Amino acid sequence: MAELLIWPTVIAYGEAALIYAGELRGSRRHDSLAIWGVRIGWLAQTGLLAAQARSADGFPWGTWAGALNLLSWLVVTGYLVWGCRPRYRLLGLVVMPVAAALVVLAWAGGGTALDARGDGWALAIHAALMLAGLASFTVAAAMAALYVFEDRRLKRHDAGVLRLRLPSLEALDRLAARATLVGLALLSGGIVVGLGWLDVRGLDAAMTVAVLIWGLYALALVIRWEVGVRGRRFARLLLAGLVLVVAVLPLTHFAA
Amino acid sequence: MRLALAGVSHHHAPLEVRERVAVDLAAAGDLARELTAAGGPAYEAVVLSTCNRTELYVAGEGDALDAHADRALLDLAGSGAPALAPAAYRLAEESAALHLFRVAAGLDSMVPGEGEILGQVRDAFEVGSPGPLLGRTFRMALRAGRRARAETAIGESPASIPAAAAALAEQVFEGLSGRRVVLVGAGRASELTARNLRSRGATISVVANRTPEHAAHLAASLGALPTTIEELERALGDADVVVSSTSAPGFVLTEGMLGPVLRARRGRPVLIVDLAVPRDVEPSLGAIDGCFLYDIDALESVVTASLEGRLSEAVHAERIVSEEAERFRAWRASLAVVPAIASLRAHAEEIRAAELARLEGRLGEGDRDVVDTLTSQLVNKLLHLPTVRLKEAAVTADGLLYAEVVRHLFGLDEEDEV
Repeated sequence: MAELLIWPTVIAYGEAALIYAGELRGSRRHDSLAIWGVRIGWLAQTGLLAAQARSADGFPWGTWAGALNLLSWLVVTGYLVWGCRPRYRLLGLVVMPVAAALVVLAWAGGGTALDARGDGWALAIHAALMLAGLASFTVAAAMAALYVFEDRRLKRHDAGVLRLRLPSLEALDRLAARATLVGLALLSGGIVVGLGWLDVRGLDAAMTVAVLIWGLYALALVIRWEVGVRGRRFARLLLAGLVLVVAVLPLTHFAA
Repeated sequence: MRLALAGVSHHHAPLEVRERVAVDLAAAGDLARELTAAGGPAYEAVVLSTCNRTELYVAGEGDALDAHADRALLDLAGSGAPALAPAAYRLAEESAALHLFRVAAGLDSMVPGEGEILGQVRDAFEVGSPGPLLGRTFRMALRAGRRARAETAIGESPASIPAAAAALAEQVFEGLSGRRVVLVGAGRASELTARNLRSRGATISVVANRTPEHAAHLAASLGALPTTIEELERALGDADVVVSSTSAPGFVLTEGMLGPVLRARRGRPVLIVDLAVPRDVEPSLGAIDGCFLYDIDALESVVTASLEGRLSEAVHAERIVSEEAERFRAWRASLAVVPAIASLRAHAEEIRAAELARLEGRLGEGDRDVVDTLTSQLVNKLLHLPTVRLKEAAVTADGLLYAEVVRHLFGLDEEDEV
């Protein structure tokens, strides 16, 4: 029965995504409807995840579809931390369609079922940390996407730039860097747990890719702080990083 | 008691007419007190005078109220009265209240949603001589104004070039507190923009001008350092916002001068506002990463879009004003049954007291208190529902009819006559 919670989740996330898309025209009258959609969807998904955790003997999100389910929840959780502030709500423009798509993919792949096979707790901690890290990178990329969008509007002298108010460029840049740092810390924890407690037999493709992604994000932060690359260039780096993660990680971790 | 309004505004009265009746806040308070004194103790008056309007709101008894307000406005114009009379408007009762609500919400302003009018209405109310009617009406108007600003975006977008420049700076930087602004040119446009930025926390660090005296004069008033155009290059490296408005025939800030400085910032943002015609800033600078260059045309298009946004928000603000006007109407209607309710309660209390007096001497001290409390509770309980129903009926068109029926059934008029 708890499996049915997937539908209020999808509907609420979808509603929020549609309202945010509609607000691109400049009116923010339905802001509260969108944020309530996010909250209700998040609550429904939390209920679903809790039911999955209870019914499984161990960590129920070890498959690619299960991982997507948990990842989308983590992404929305990250968004809600900032999304409650009026000026940051439009982050939902990027975050909510992604979250809705992830949930639908998870459902299609069977990642929202209650009879999911459970894995050991070492893998649970490893996977949770890795997914939380990826969720942080996704939120960072959402901010980077908004940065690029806003930068473009300001550069092109979009007349409506003050009608649809986004967070300032500086704020987006700072928060994207902070989310990246948090993601890097979580990813580090995930890699350490993976190497220390899991049955690792040599350096496989999954580990190589995870370490490579860690290195790339670390490099992006070093470039930012040491060389002073920020703003649009840093935003593009984060977007490219997420594209790489989305393209490579599922292949190496879930291809089997 | 009735409400009346006489006034002139930017809609029909040109500046030369409006300035004849414009008064400052202290004079508005004095005038309100004069009107109240002339009208009698139950007379109320508030005078609202801004650069766009002068309006006299009065409340009192009698049919001469409208004429009194009208005459006071013409007296204020003095010899300009003949020119003022055709441009003046007179409103009464709900129309006057609705007009005040629209004024407070910024819907009657030259720039819809402008922010100052709500404070001006509040000031006029505070220095005026309001009583029960004007007091309630102005409080409702202030509420309508606050709601219009809180529930719609009517006042959010900038309505002038300096405000648009400052709003764009806030779109680039996370707060303007401590941001360094460099002014190039010491003209009026630069000064207005600088003052707008400063009011939001920015620091005007340098004022550069070809004429050192002009730079020194403006720099002194803004707490900045004066410099010459030739020495400007050094100041630009640390600037967050550059406002340029000189009368130079060619570019003052060129790619050669500013390009290396901006590229060295590695994407750290800078906003350049070019208010000059012909332009001061070479357009190619706008292509550098992190440099946002706005010329006068770009700023004007932002202001135009903002004003269009305000107009679309005005539709929603009008709805809020209508809701508040409906509340006002309901309140006014409820007043129509208040005398009937008061008479009914007085009548019941009179009967209760008379019956209690008849028992005087036949009851012990303790019994008397019990009977007194019991009869009070009986009267209150019996009259509670009719009172509530009368107030409810007052909001609909039947209020006066209900009041008449109550008076007739309980013989309240006959009693008054006796």
